[in-house]
Amino acid sequence: MDTPAFHQGGDTALGFEWPGEDVSRVPFQVYTDHAIYDAEQQRIFQGPTWNLLCVEAEIPNPGDYRTSYVGNAPVIVNRDETGQINALLNRCAHKGSLVCYKPHGNVRELTCVYHNWVYDLTGKLTGVAFKRGVGGKGGLTEDFDPSQHGLRRLRVETYKGIVFGTFSDETPPFVDYIGGELAACIDRVMIKPLKVLGYHSQILPNNWKLYSENTKDSYHASLLHVFHNTFGIVRPSMGGGIKLSPSGWHHLSWTERVALDDQSTTREKVRSLKDQYKLADPSMMAHKLELGDLVTNSIQSVFPGTVIQQIQNCLAVRQLVPRGVDRSELFWTILGFEDDDAEMIEHRLKTNNLVGPAGFISMEDGCVGGWVQHAAQSDPASRTVMPMGGRTIEPSQGSRVTESAVRGFWKAWRECMHV
Amino acid sequence: MDSTTKPPLFQDTTPDALHVRARIEAFNADYANAIDSDRLEEWPRFFTEDGVYRVITRENRERGLPLSLIYATGRGMLSDRITALRTANIFEPHVYCHQISATKLIGRDGNGWRAESNFAVFRTLISGPMIVFVCGRYVDRLVEGDGHLLLAERNCVLDSRQVDTLLVIPV
Ligand code: FES
Ligand SMILES: [Fe+2]
Repeated sequence: MDTPAFHQGGDTALGFEWPGEDVSRVPFQVYTDHAIYDAEQQRIFQGPTWNLLCVEAEIPNPGDYRTSYVGNAPVIVNRDETGQINALLNRCAHKGSLVCYKPHGNVRELTCVYHNWVYDLTGKLTGVAFKRGVGGKGGLTEDFDPSQHGLRRLRVETYKGIVFGTFSDETPPFVDYIGGELAACIDRVMIKPLKVLGYHSQILPNNWKLYSENTKDSYHASLLHVFHNTFGIVRPSMGGGIKLSPSGWHHLSWTERVALDDQSTTREKVRSLKDQYKLADPSMMAHKLELGDLVTNSIQSVFPGTVIQQIQNCLAVRQLVPRGVDRSELFWTILGFEDDDAEMIEHRLKTNNLVGPAGFISMEDGCVGGWVQHAAQSDPASRTVMPMGGRTIEPSQGSRVTESAVRGFWKAWRECMHV
Repeated sequence: MDSTTKPPLFQDTTPDALHVRARIEAFNADYANAIDSDRLEEWPRFFTEDGVYRVITRENRERGLPLSLIYATGRGMLSDRITALRTANIFEPHVYCHQISATKLIGRDGNGWRAESNFAVFRTLISGPMIVFVCGRYVDRLVEGDGHLLLAERNCVLDSRQVDTLLVIPV
């Protein structure tokens, strides 16, 4: 893989320089610095990146809308009369109020309640209250051009029922952005029209990047989340690996049921392998093969904050929203297929016990980021070290004991941030 | 899920009904006492053998979305939650303090009763910080057990969709 060409000499406006040459060492400052946080909003979330907005099934009819976020920017996603999906900055062009303050609904047009400016579903300003004033006094002057005062539009692309948005004109088309190999991985999971089974939201007491890194950190999976091992659901014949986009920005980590030659799970090193425990009711662990293969887990990231997940029969998309330098909100949208029967829905609802804020194999991700955040504050000049699998950003077949994808995250971060 | 028919404006206040309500309040106190005292192994015994437990957000419930944060059917799944908490899951140690109030006896339901109670749960981390972790309503169906009430179904409906950090101790 090419060595990335980073801007040299740091960024004077930001006052931050990347220490060292590669991305296997990360200064704690990036998790605690307010100037970096602000710059990330512009350069990453509103920069050349695709961000999860929603799934199409949430806005099936003309006039349907829901609110969402791109970074800390509030966004409205709607379907207009022509069937087109629009994504608009949820900020009135007049004085900046939220235009939609309810999370979802069906409307003919978008009305800001503050002074009643009205926009059509594409964001065009169509009405200004009292524009001719009252009794010939007040109102707009002739030089006011409504076409210059619409809601800011995002570019939108829908891929396999998942809706992405970008503020930037420079973002390549979505499939080019993530690359053909990873696009095919979305194809693999999203094989039919989707249905939303419900939502979770989780407040993470940490900088957003700590969660983004965590999703790409396949090294921690069996070490921190010991649910499978504890209950003797040890699966030595598990294959898998890491796929990376050509850019290194996006990844997929997967496991599948195939025989491996070596018993490489280093069982004695895995904390608390307590085979004496058994699940009293293992029904949620059943895996109904529905995707035509034996892949049990597939965790796919789209830089900066999107995760597309298949854990057995639990399908979900996750959206990471920064809420300040040391706080984030993680939105889970749990999915099924439109043609699921009652039994399949019931099964998916049970498998959901594995994930979300109360998930048997995910809850730890809610607190580890906070522990890093807490400790990082004391010494922002120090660095993390990510040596697993070397210093390069390369895919891995057969092993997930690598920090390659995390280094890929930092490559993306540096390229967007120009540091 | 339970019936969504509108509850009566005023609950039955005949002595018999008040007695049932008092028993439900006592039951809830026992339930809270067990959880808040970290006697979590006792928690499944507040349910019938096939009792259903859900922690669901008000948002999902009101939109007719079936997803729960925790969904357990039967004492096996309930006890698995506790075994995992004790042996597998990693989190900063913390305790709950349940406040349960405004119990309303909705009415009879087959061989049991439907009742609703408000709850607020304070969470105190071992490092000190204390927050109102969740508040909302228990939407319950209770049946006669062996001399005391048991939950055939408890839906913990959380007013907020946001869960701070993680949810591991049952509500
Ligand atoms: S802020 Fe929206 S109309 Fe004034
Ligand atoms: Fe994790």
